[in-house]
Amino acid sequence: MAFVFFAYFAVVSIVAGILTVALKNPVQCGLALLALLLHVSGLFVMLNAEFLWAVQVIVYAGAILVLYLFVLMLLNLKTDDRYFHARTPYLLAPAVIGLIYLLFLLVRSPFSGSRGDASTAAILLNGDAHAVGIKMFSEYLLQFEIIGVFLTGAIVGAIVLAKAPRSIETRRDA
Amino acid sequence: MIPLSAYVAVSAILFTTGLLGVLIRRNFIIVLMSVEIMLNAATINLVAFSHYLESMQGQIVALFIIAIAAGEAAIGLAIIIVVFRGKISTNVDEMNLLKW
Repeated sequence: MAFVFFAYFAVVSIVAGILTVALKNPVQCGLALLALLLHVSGLFVMLNAEFLWAVQVIVYAGAILVLYLFVLMLLNLKTDDRYFHARTPYLLAPAVIGLIYLLFLLVRSPFSGSRGDASTAAILLNGDAHAVGIKMFSEYLLQFEIIGVFLTGAIVGAIVLAKAPRSIETRRDA
Repeated sequence: MIPLSAYVAVSAILFTTGLLGVLIRRNFIIVLMSVEIMLNAATINLVAFSHYLESMQGQIVALFIIAIAAGEAAIGLAIIIVVFRGKISTNVDEMNLLKW
């Protein structure tokens, strides 16, 4: 049963990723990206990361994607006939060959390492959000604060960049 | 039980798709969307290893990746708006002001 769900989420997210890159209309690309994000969040549920599932749906699908669609609608782009780069075939072939070799290496390699203390049973005891919160606010508190400062800086930078520059006349009056 | 290699393989395929999208698309907004695909592939990898190695660190780093993706989208789209205002095009080929 788990395998069926995994196959569904994996196949749909890969197809949606390819559609995001290959579709012509930018709005359709955005909607394909939405399908990708939602199915990737399904993969997170399969990996016992329910908190990340919620964050992925709220932040990625809810905020970032709406920002993309908003800008697409705001700019009202006309779709170019040549929407791929001129040298696409020369890039496509090495990418496919490299990907096949990479998958061949991945399937062969044994993944293992030292185990941590967050086994599935330990996470399910209090829920994933509890486990993430305890870890985040004990060992990763400094990084959490840095991310807060980073996001504030990003918002200020975005507003400063996107603000319409005042004309010289009004600046002289002020 | 799904092997860890399956998740890593999905992540590798998605990452290659995003990388190709950055290289072959001419629309700047689609290029940024491809970057989001690559960030998602990295997140799948981190969460999968976090689950199979029974450690919480992968999920924490995945949360940080999502936060950085939000900042990157905000700044990138602001840059697109600035470029579009001066020059009615979002093609990456035609943005060559900083090219020598």
